[in-house]
Amino acid sequence: MSGTFLAASGVDALADLAGGWNTSREQGGLYIEYLIRDVVGLQIADSVITGASILIVCGLVFGFLNVFALWAVWAERKISAHIQCRLGPMEVGPHGALQTIADGIKLIAKEDIIPRLADRPLFILAPIIVFAGVLIRFVPLPFGPHLIASDMDLGLFFIAAVGSIEVLGVIMAGWSSNNKWSLFGTIRTATQMVSYEVPIGLAFVTVIVSYGSFSLVDIIGMQGGTLAGSLSSDGMPQEGWFWHWTVFRNPFLALMFLVYTVAGLAECKRAPFDLPEAESELVSGFHTEYSGMRFGLFFLAEYGVMYIISAVAACMFLGGWWTGIYWIDQIGLGADASPVGVVFGILIKAGCLISKALVLVMVQMWVRWTLPRVRLDQMMHLCWKVLLPASLLCFLGSCLWELLFGGGAFLGAGAVVR
Amino acid sequence: MTATSDIRTEEMLLNMGPQHPSTHGVFRVVIRTDGEMVIESESHIGYLHRCFEKCAEGNNYIQVVPYTDRMDYLCAMANNLAYSETVEKLMGLEVPERALYIRVICSELNRIASHLMAFGTYGMDIGAITPFLYAFRDRERVLKIFETICGQRLNYSYIRIGGATFDITDDVLRDIQTFIDYFDPVILDEYDRLLSYNGIFISRTANVGILPADMAISYGVTGPSLRGSGVRRDLRKDEPYCIYDRFDFDIPVGTGEMGTIGDCWDRYMVRIREMRESAKILRQALRDIPAGLFCEKKAFRAVKPPKGEVYHKVEGARGEVGFYIVSDGTNQPYRCKARGPSFSNISVLDALTSRGDCMVADMVAIIGSLDIVMGEVDR
Repeated sequence: MSGTFLAASGVDALADLAGGWNTSREQGGLYIEYLIRDVVGLQIADSVITGASILIVCGLVFGFLNVFALWAVWAERKISAHIQCRLGPMEVGPHGALQTIADGIKLIAKEDIIPRLADRPLFILAPIIVFAGVLIRFVPLPFGPHLIASDMDLGLFFIAAVGSIEVLGVIMAGWSSNNKWSLFGTIRTATQMVSYEVPIGLAFVTVIVSYGSFSLVDIIGMQGGTLAGSLSSDGMPQEGWFWHWTVFRNPFLALMFLVYTVAGLAECKRAPFDLPEAESELVSGFHTEYSGMRFGLFFLAEYGVMYIISAVAACMFLGGWWTGIYWIDQIGLGADASPVGVVFGILIKAGCLISKALVLVMVQMWVRWTLPRVRLDQMMHLCWKVLLPASLLCFLGSCLWELLFGGGAFLGAGAVVR
Repeated sequence: MTATSDIRTEEMLLNMGPQHPSTHGVFRVVIRTDGEMVIESESHIGYLHRCFEKCAEGNNYIQVVPYTDRMDYLCAMANNLAYSETVEKLMGLEVPERALYIRVICSELNRIASHLMAFGTYGMDIGAITPFLYAFRDRERVLKIFETICGQRLNYSYIRIGGATFDITDDVLRDIQTFIDYFDPVILDEYDRLLSYNGIFISRTANVGILPADMAISYGVTGPSLRGSGVRRDLRKDEPYCIYDRFDFDIPVGTGEMGTIGDCWDRYMVRIREMRESAKILRQALRDIPAGLFCEKKAFRAVKPPKGEVYHKVEGARGEVGFYIVSDGTNQPYRCKARGPSFSNISVLDALTSRGDCMVADMVAIIGSLDIVMGEVDR
């Protein structure tokens, strides 16, 4: 897969960074690689730059994931506490803000226990695979304009495809633990995640056919309306406002957003779909036998998936990095923008995208601390008999709508943008 | 099913408990499962056996009272009451009027605390963690009241032979009134909105673990679990003890509102509605409580019932708490046999879960809906 990262870009870098949205995507490759080579202009061997870029990107994404998890665990504890008339952690740091760091140190310092009858190699490998399966999904995920590891052509497809790696790791964890509760949790996970990938995939497809592109950067760009002014000839709006976001584009896409949110909850194994780790039934499900940092990896992975699901929802449906207010969105755009304006604009948009994702993460937490858990058969019923028909209906409805009222933008818009 | 019938599936023997989050104590069920379906279950009890009955034979009558606390520790007042009334019946002792009211007030408050616990833990069993903390917020207020009354939060030993250990002051009576005013109108509605009428909760509990009335009776199920099956039996009405015949209250029974009569939702809802009835009794008791002695002082010094035997039962939070005491004329019981409602209620579990329509998740829902306390099952 690293083959797609290896390519150089011949675009005039400075002009591109200031005015346009085209990146080195057409040739593939990590965005940072292109920055180092073309913008900074370092004269080193390509392979060195590629290697360094991969390391930097891994470090940045890993760092982001860790910081996010630190924050999210604390936020979840605080949110749940305030929902439940409690205070939550208050001792470590102001309002317990450092509690997660203390917990992390505890997890790292804990004894690493591997049950005697566990399948050692699989047991050790499982959390790594789960974690890697989550980390790799960050690759085509934008954090803001230009803030993306690699804007690959098949971004959404990539996210959906590598998402299945996580299931593999979970099955390995449950099976190798040699524990009946873990096995139960594993079977539930496999059933649940494989099933709920179907409505999620259909949500992806619906958005993809609406915009004619697999790339999240393209999809976000088109929700901004203006997109460097290139869309006016296609009947797309000249100015970008929040009503140009996917979720307001047509009623079927709005419904699709709901379907995606519900299926996303199941995909992150959060309540009311937390059957794989249903603590009142299965003790802790597939990670019953894990302790210390191995458990910590599962935990990080869970929060990572929460962010990914929410960020993808924000990108696909809620306008991505666009604030939805034309004048703010225009900051740093256009050929005459100053470098400070460009950076300022990027920061605003990155903040906007991450905030939207965090709001959706908060909704997930809110749901978790409110609802009871569904039963396995009810969960499958919901997936195959409610969400799947609904998402199919949305897919067909949205396609028809775009054909009839889309003003010619349907399926062809992506090509115009490029 | 025809397409899948050739696939050979293996059964799995799963040991649920004695250390498990949802067995409400040290309770062990061995379940035979086919995938997620429970084919058969077998309960094992006795992990918490503390020889209550033997201990009772070695202590004098007054010293037995603290042992009764530790049977059903969530509703200790009912145990105290049952034991004390049994001994009083044996002695033919008259208890002062005020003490009777104090007993009713404490029993009903304790019933509310116990049902709150049942409500909270049941939500937790179904996967909703928030109701648990809401229930504990309010249970805390009851426990605070008990702490003011007798200095204890769980094992009160407050109701004793001859009356109560201490008097209830007017301040405490006002506290109780404040609690009911706070609890009755708003909070119970809050619980209903939060859990009782939640769609997922209903789908998890309605039509699950259906306990028909005849089956409940033949297994000796009592209390809210029996009333959930639609049987209107409550000792407070049927065989009034203490002064329960003076109060006006209803007995909620399961009606199959969300599914079938006797399902988990019915059993759950009976408890929620009973809390309202308890509040109703409390209001009347607080209004009518007379001044006077809070105990018969002579029973404090020596309890020496004449030769004989007696059985007496009261309605605890989980069902009929009964004591059978044989006296040989000394100050120690010759034999003291306790009937714990949880013990009888838990006996129906295997029958409910071995019918082939129960999933592993339902198992947890059924155990929770029976609201057992292992301290009482094992004694």
